[in-house]
Amino acid sequence: MSEKSTSMRDVFRETVLELAEKNPDIFVLTADVGVSFGFPTMKERIPKQTVETGIAEQNMVGIATGLAHSGKIPFVFAHAFVLSMRALEQIRTDVCYSNANVKFVGYCGGVAGGVLGNTHHALEDIGILKSLPNMSIIVPADGKEMGKAVRAAVEHKGPVYMRIGRSNEPIIYQNDYNFEMGKAVTLREGKDISLIATGLVVSEALKAADELAEEGIDARVINIHTIKPLDRETVIRAAEETRGIVTVEEHNLWGGLGESVATVIAEEKCVPVKRIGIPDTFVVIGAHPEILERYGITASNIADKAREIVS
Amino acid sequence: MVQDAELVKRLKKMAAFIRRDSIQMSLKAGCGHVGPGLSWTDICTVLFFHQLRIDPKNPDWLNRDRFILSKGHGCLPLYSALARKGFFPMEKLDTFCQLDSCLGGHPDCLAVPGVEISTGSLGHGLPIAIGMAIAAKSDNKKYRVITVMGDGELQEGTVWEAAMAAAHYRLDNLTGIIDCNKLEIDGPVKEVMNIEPLKDKWKSFGWYVEEMDGNDIEDILSTLERVFGYKEEKPRIIIAHTIKGKGVSFMENQVVWHYKAPDNDEARQAIREIDLALTKLK
Repeated sequence: MSEKSTSMRDVFRETVLELAEKNPDIFVLTADVGVSFGFPTMKERIPKQTVETGIAEQNMVGIATGLAHSGKIPFVFAHAFVLSMRALEQIRTDVCYSNANVKFVGYCGGVAGGVLGNTHHALEDIGILKSLPNMSIIVPADGKEMGKAVRAAVEHKGPVYMRIGRSNEPIIYQNDYNFEMGKAVTLREGKDISLIATGLVVSEALKAADELAEEGIDARVINIHTIKPLDRETVIRAAEETRGIVTVEEHNLWGGLGESVATVIAEEKCVPVKRIGIPDTFVVIGAHPEILERYGITASNIADKAREIVS
Repeated sequence: MVQDAELVKRLKKMAAFIRRDSIQMSLKAGCGHVGPGLSWTDICTVLFFHQLRIDPKNPDWLNRDRFILSKGHGCLPLYSALARKGFFPMEKLDTFCQLDSCLGGHPDCLAVPGVEISTGSLGHGLPIAIGMAIAAKSDNKKYRVITVMGDGELQEGTVWEAAMAAAHYRLDNLTGIIDCNKLEIDGPVKEVMNIEPLKDKWKSFGWYVEEMDGNDIEDILSTLERVFGYKEEKPRIIIAHTIKGKGVSFMENQVVWHYKAPDNDEARQAIREIDLALTKLK
């Protein structure tokens, strides 16, 4: 783990360490997955602000709630699947019901677990958690965005779920930019079609836009890093100013970004919408990129869907 | 231990008032967990009117003791105690379970002053209490964290995840009280899913364990004194033997009163019994 790693988990570690060394109220909790993001380093540098719970995620979320109700800002780090599903009732009843100031980091979101298989994928986390009142959901597109999300989460009062990959996610942002929770980032302007993506597959949407440009199709690329609260205005503007929308995400097509976008479109301004994601199925065994390829979460499929709308 | 007779008498009277409030609230609402409320009423009374360092004028006082009713369904005496302590007006008790009331069937910490955390789903209180106890240590604060659980609640796995963690972190500022009324919805706890041997279980998890008669004010007073005075770096648990429906003869040890409101006649009879007990104290 080099200091300059751009992996979301490494950026998370470095950012939270930097903030926690200045603010003794910031805590980090983990349930025996700490080594993967450098928890030992954290224990050395902020020993009084780390809590290891062992393999007991429900207890971990309860402890985080107690810390939050005592003025602390706990970051809870665990695999996305176990956090969003095993500890779901604690997240809903302990954290969200009392609007406790707990921040969650869901590791290996989507199918980033690759060959570890379906037990370790989280293709439902967004759908499950977006139905909880008071919960905000951020799916950063790269490490730089994760760093900004962590800072924003500290400033935000209330629960925040941040979904990250496993490691070595593509780099989206070469330069600094303005990050605001609930405000989408238009990465590329365009007037023919809007490609709306979230998470590390934003990179595929950008590649698709390049491909389309060669054919004279001018694609807008929007990164929706905050799925809840959703930036409705940006979605509506995309519907008004382009001929349709393709959504791209690493999630079950039920419950994810595409569903949220399609709901806004149905309510506000009807244009064709095509959703790309994992169909309602458990996925095949394969490496992360192989799984994405199998289900069409690729630049070429995004471009195909865009062509169908434009032609 | 020699106890202040006046204190004991005052607490016994208060327990009777709280029982009466609970009956009246459930009568008016037509619902409520009456039996599981009555079983821990004496513990509730000693905590709120003798042990807990809390300030109704300043419910968010940073140094207050933290009390969590993990068995959130037992909220009738909690609401009564908070009102009688001055956290909110007594008239509010009349709104229990009415539309838009702050006092629902399970306590909501954003709505009710003095309620530390929203509870109702079992097995949640102890993990949250651990978080508060760790925060107290981190802030070098002397407040105590106390949670009351049901005995049936101990069937939840999270209780034992938390039991491990509290001992691991040597949380000597954490005290659990188990309201062992021996009954849950489907019948006697030992028949539904046996949780014994309870004392051995907690001991083996690394806790300091005490037992008491949870419906005897004198025993509760002296046990709490011992537990709060205990010096070793261990979390503390008190197994409180109680009677479900305690204080109303026809409700005692009757599982049907787990969730049932009295009708007018039953409420009259219950209040007559409670008032009779009060008269004997004078």
